Amino acid sequence: MARWGMVIDLDRCNGCQACEVACRSENNVAVGGPQAASENRTISWMRVETQVEGEWPDVRARFVPQPCMHCDRPPCTLVCPVQATSIDHEGIVNQIYARCIGCRYCANACPYTVKFFNWRRPAYPESVLPGLNPDVSVRPVGVVEKCTFCHHRLQKARDAARAEKRPLREEDYVPACAESCPTGAIVFGDLDDPGHRVAQLSRDPRAFRLEERLGTQPKVYYLAEQD
Amino acid sequence: MTDLEIVSRLPQDERMLLMPLVRTTPIFWRWAAVMAATTLWGAFAYSQQLRNGLGVTGLNTPEYWGIYIICFVFFIGISHAGTLISAILRVANAEWRRSITRSAEFITVLVIGFGAVQPILDLGRPDRVLNVVLHAQPFSPLLWDVLSIGLYFTASSIYLYVPMIPDLARIRDLGLRPRLLYWFLAIGYRDTKQARETLERIIGVLAVMVIPIAVSVHTVIGWIFALTLRPMWHSAIFGPYFVIGAIFSGIAALIIAMAILRRVYDLGAYFKDVHFNNMGLLLLVTTVLWFYFTFAEHLTVWYGGEEAELATLYSKLTGSFAVPFWLMVACCFFVPFGLMARRATRNVTGTTVASVAVVLGMWLERYNIVVPTSLHPRGGMATLHYVPSWVELSIMAGTFSGFVLVYMVATKFFPIVSIWEIQEGREKSVEEVSERVAAYLPDDVAAVAS
Repeated sequence: MARWGMVIDLDRCNGCQACEVACRSENNVAVGGPQAASENRTISWMRVETQVEGEWPDVRARFVPQPCMHCDRPPCTLVCPVQATSIDHEGIVNQIYARCIGCRYCANACPYTVKFFNWRRPAYPESVLPGLNPDVSVRPVGVVEKCTFCHHRLQKARDAARAEKRPLREEDYVPACAESCPTGAIVFGDLDDPGHRVAQLSRDPRAFRLEERLGTQPKVYYLAEQD
Repeated sequence: MTDLEIVSRLPQDERMLLMPLVRTTPIFWRWAAVMAATTLWGAFAYSQQLRNGLGVTGLNTPEYWGIYIICFVFFIGISHAGTLISAILRVANAEWRRSITRSAEFITVLVIGFGAVQPILDLGRPDRVLNVVLHAQPFSPLLWDVLSIGLYFTASSIYLYVPMIPDLARIRDLGLRPRLLYWFLAIGYRDTKQARETLERIIGVLAVMVIPIAVSVHTVIGWIFALTLRPMWHSAIFGPYFVIGAIFSGIAALIIAMAILRRVYDLGAYFKDVHFNNMGLLLLVTTVLWFYFTFAEHLTVWYGGEEAELATLYSKLTGSFAVPFWLMVACCFFVPFGLMARRATRNVTGTTVASVAVVLGMWLERYNIVVPTSLHPRGGMATLHYVPSWVELSIMAGTFSGFVLVYMVATKFFPIVSIWEIQEGREKSVEEVSERVAAYLPDDVAAVAS
């Protein structure tokens, strides 16, 4: 059984935000525009956090792309009163938009603030409409959504592999963010398969996870920057 | 003979306590109109939210919870006025309880619905609220909450109703209108010695049963916050802290209700200085307990010095939440302590002023729990200060006025002071209390030996 995870090499990330854009278009994330931005209601399943350290002239910027951590012990699934979010047998934390009652308890329970609420009815500019992804459902107003590791791609890849009567290969299933990263900073795969690069990288001495001491056991690893 | 004439000829207790049922002043109608208008305005605001989604509120990411959740904790806290206080006084055989239990129990039953509806107002998809039953997830503290509030509402309603039966039967026998209502509610009760004994036995059992249920309700509400990993929510003290806070605000709400009832229905003979003095003492005890819990909670966070916790703590002590925080400390501690520690200010005016401060302060306490933690997520992301929108404030005003309105209406249909318990007090208690005191005194050693 696979245990899907991600490794993000902070040394390679240059903060270009291609992952944010790719995620947005892959997953039909609503475009809130300037109004949502000014109200702090922007939805961004993948968010490149910028941390600035030091004072000018000795300044250092650090970019930390943050998707859902897909914790092995997710605090969000436990508190949901209607089981609209749960962790599946391959470790992906999913959301059932059609069942969510919009109480936002999961969003509050998440220590990483990667769950987003649809404060308004999702809207898209005219130019975006033809490009909406038919594989991903559009969320209604009033529900919580978040990164799903593009699990619709997993379903497609699995179907294709089954049709060709072969096992699923590492390169078959890659989320949009990893696929779009120009520096190859985001690596995705099965953490339990020693043949996959993520499995090797997650054991790298530079590897760490966010808020590790909370015991949530995230499946998104980071490789620390080297000086 | 009209109802008014019937009641006017009764002896004092029945006459004074049934008078509000048969005589309604223009002032009552005026206030009822104001309350009804405000409630309707709140309902209109909610219709706007239903149509447009929660975007009409001031909430944002990560400020997910605001006024509705604050009011939820606040109103359920107020609901502890009745059942818990009345049950404790009954179990403790406090004789001075007789004229205040009914008004307290009414607060509980009527406010709890307004509290329980708040999380539904807060839902993004109120149309799916039944999913809580259809897809119940037993590990969610929200589900525990639904269960404990449901149980508390049921138990409180029974606990309000059962001790009211003899009064309802009396009203039925007097033939006051609406006759059918009183005939139905009195369920054929005849006030015999045997019936009275059975009734008192049932009340005794109920009083003991509702205490743990009431404690569970606010404990679970505390756990909604405490069971997350958020800074200054994740605290073992929250269960008991919330229970104390609830009793604290409940006592204050009851004192305010007593002061108003005393004035508008001219019940000075039933809500006497001694009642306000004793309630003031209870308020004093809970003031000190509240301070103790608050101090313990904040000291632990400060001394531990964890980065994420400190960010939240300092935002309250010296940062952008300093005003609501220190106002809360003033309203919940300095004002009530200053007034209630002195015998001279434990009168009607003093206790009422202290209680208004406590109710305000306890609303602020919930604000200070919900909002600062929300605005300080562990990731340290950019946040926007939470400013409630007109929709949220209107719904809050509508909830307040809705509660006041149903309480006003209730006093027009049910005696707000228990008539039979007052009469029983006059007939039996003096003797019983003398016997009880005599039983406390040391035995005559020589007489026992022989």
